[in-house]
Amino acid sequence: MTKPLLDVRDLRVTFQIRREGAMPWTAPTPLHAVGGVDFSLNPGETLGVVGESGCGKSTLARALIGLVPATGRAEWIDGKDLVAMTPRQMMRYRSDIQMVFQDPLASLNPRMTVGQIIAEPLKTHRPGLSSAEVKTRVKAMMEKVGLLPNQINRYPHEFSGGQCQRIGIARALIVEPKLIICDEPVSALDVSIQAQVINLLIRLQKELGLALVFIAHDLSVVKHISDRVMVLYLGKVMEIGSSDDLFADPQHPYTQALLSAVPVPDPDHDVAGSVVPLSGDLPSPMNPPSGCVFRTRCPRAQAACAEQVPALMGQDHRTACHFPGPLTEEEIARARKTEAA
Amino acid sequence: MVIQQDKMQSLAARMAQDEVKGRSPWADARKRFFRNKAAMTGLIILIAVALFALLGGYFAQWSNEDLDFAVMGQVATMGAPSLENGHYFGTDDLGRDLFARTVQGTQISLMVGIVGAAIAVIVGTLYGATAGYVGGRTDQIMMRAVDILMSIPYMFVLILLLVMFGRSIAMLFLGIGLISWLDMSRIVRGQTLSLKNREFIEAARATGVPSWKIILRHIVPNLLGVVAVYATLLVPLMILTESFISFLGLGVQEPLTSWGALISEGAGTMNYGTLWQLAFPLFFFVITLFGFFFVGDGLRDALDPKDR
Ligand SMILES: Nc1ncnc2c1ncn2[C@@H]1O[C@H](COP(=O)(O)OP(=O)(O)O)[C@@H](O)[C@H]1O
Ligand code: SF4
Ligand SMILES: [Mg+2]
Repeated sequence: MTKPLLDVRDLRVTFQIRREGAMPWTAPTPLHAVGGVDFSLNPGETLGVVGESGCGKSTLARALIGLVPATGRAEWIDGKDLVAMTPRQMMRYRSDIQMVFQDPLASLNPRMTVGQIIAEPLKTHRPGLSSAEVKTRVKAMMEKVGLLPNQINRYPHEFSGGQCQRIGIARALIVEPKLIICDEPVSALDVSIQAQVINLLIRLQKELGLALVFIAHDLSVVKHISDRVMVLYLGKVMEIGSSDDLFADPQHPYTQALLSAVPVPDPDHDVAGSVVPLSGDLPSPMNPPSGCVFRTRCPRAQAACAEQVPALMGQDHRTACHFPGPLTEEEIARARKTEAA
Repeated sequence: MVIQQDKMQSLAARMAQDEVKGRSPWADARKRFFRNKAAMTGLIILIAVALFALLGGYFAQWSNEDLDFAVMGQVATMGAPSLENGHYFGTDDLGRDLFARTVQGTQISLMVGIVGAAIAVIVGTLYGATAGYVGGRTDQIMMRAVDILMSIPYMFVLILLLVMFGRSIAMLFLGIGLISWLDMSRIVRGQTLSLKNREFIEAARATGVPSWKIILRHIVPNLLGVVAVYATLLVPLMILTESFISFLGLGVQEPLTSWGALISEGAGTMNYGTLWQLAFPLFFFVITLFGFFFVGDGLRDALDPKDR
């Protein structure tokens, strides 16, 4: 078995939230944005991460890259723990792990030219390069991501959203990383552009042997690109497995609800008849339900679900549910009824 | 192999293509600014006043120190503005050429305004950006220090300083410079706080760009719009402060003068029929203030982030 590029164990991020206007001596409320996430990622592999917005996907990404303090372990391929590193030690790994952001325009400094933006990581990590060399590499990278190299002196506002995301990708790739974390890289783009950007990522990944953590808030985007998929809910892993397994045979009620909402390109498929609605709102992460965090919206919830936190069980396809398995007709009908009520 | 070579050639060709020039956000703002009539009027006024300060000396027939004995003692009748005796703006109460003195007062007042604003821009921007970016305890301490400095009645302190250490231009600059950056640092800090969470800052942090570089390369250039607007509004404020102090008789010392000092003198002799002694310095003072306000307003519109 190959050694994983990144092996994450029990990663947690807790924010201390002070309520507005609270007295200075009252203790802040802890918000468990990421509550103990486990996964491993092999070199060249893509892990899709899905979950509703607010479930801690971005926080997970930011924790991996050392932008927010976290606890737990995130072991890099050389055996070093990224979480325990000081900023100075982390510096060496920053060129190995790069990030692509959600809002393509907002992630580019409006006062810098495309060339300056793409060159920044290069100048930070390879200070010895001459400026002519930097320019050549930047232009080659622009070509690679499908931008015209002669646009090097343009500013971000002169580009479309899709092109801006290409700039973001070029910036991430210029230091030849081993892992790129894409935080909803296509959520802000038009559907027609989304496919282009995803295909670009797939092509580059094959060419360069990159590992990807690909975050999205719906499964349809992830399906196309991921080798494995991890489903998050309120900062916890609900289900993780190979893409084929998870889409063909989802075990967790939450995954099934998410999957049922994915449009299927089949004219005979009765969409309205198969959707499992998610009743109720996402609970506040400051006050999560006891036991299984999904129980307030689960059509299969039982008394046991409120008492014990379900552990992530299984070998390759792991599920955190006391009663895994496909939803029955009855349960789907029950979910509809609660939704209607 | 053939295909590869083709590819390489087309790549080389594309790499060699002429680079397209970018349209920077500054260039956009400049275009909007030049389309703004009020702002352009203000700018032209300011340029004219600056030219007057720089070149006026060459046109003066009299030095600003010499007394014209021909008009001495009968300023009200003989010292009025006239082209014949070379006193274009008339003379002051002692018979000195008011044109030369206005030129000099303009120089001093503009200098006070610009130096004051420059200190505010440099110190205030770096101080505020650092406090805002670093955040946490450092921010609290730095901003508490600003609060304390602000709570001091600075006019009182400035007057005290001028009385204690004697009146000198250096003292005046020091005093004005000391207080002018406080407001600026607050404004800049507020802006920095809102910039800090933007994704491009996060992107820079994620690749490990050092903090000082993030402040200088990512924060400050994005603040400059606000800073430029505030600085153009600060210049007239500094001029007003200096004028007020000079009006109290504590500003620049004879034979140097400033708009405030000239207006003060002019106001003192208003009742003796020498209205020009007040009118000329006041005219320059007023149009300059208006000029700065118009330009500041135009800059604000031109740099408005909503338009970007
Ligand atoms: N810097 C922060 N301080 C406090 N709470 C935060 C911070 N960042 C994120 N959160 C909270 O953590 C939770 C997860 O947020 P996020 O990771 O952005 O979710 P997602 O990316 O899945 O939409 C949210 O409830 C959010 O309010
Ligand atoms: S543990 Fe219970 S509540 Fe949670 S998903 Fe499974 S059945 Fe639903
Ligand atoms: Mg997010």
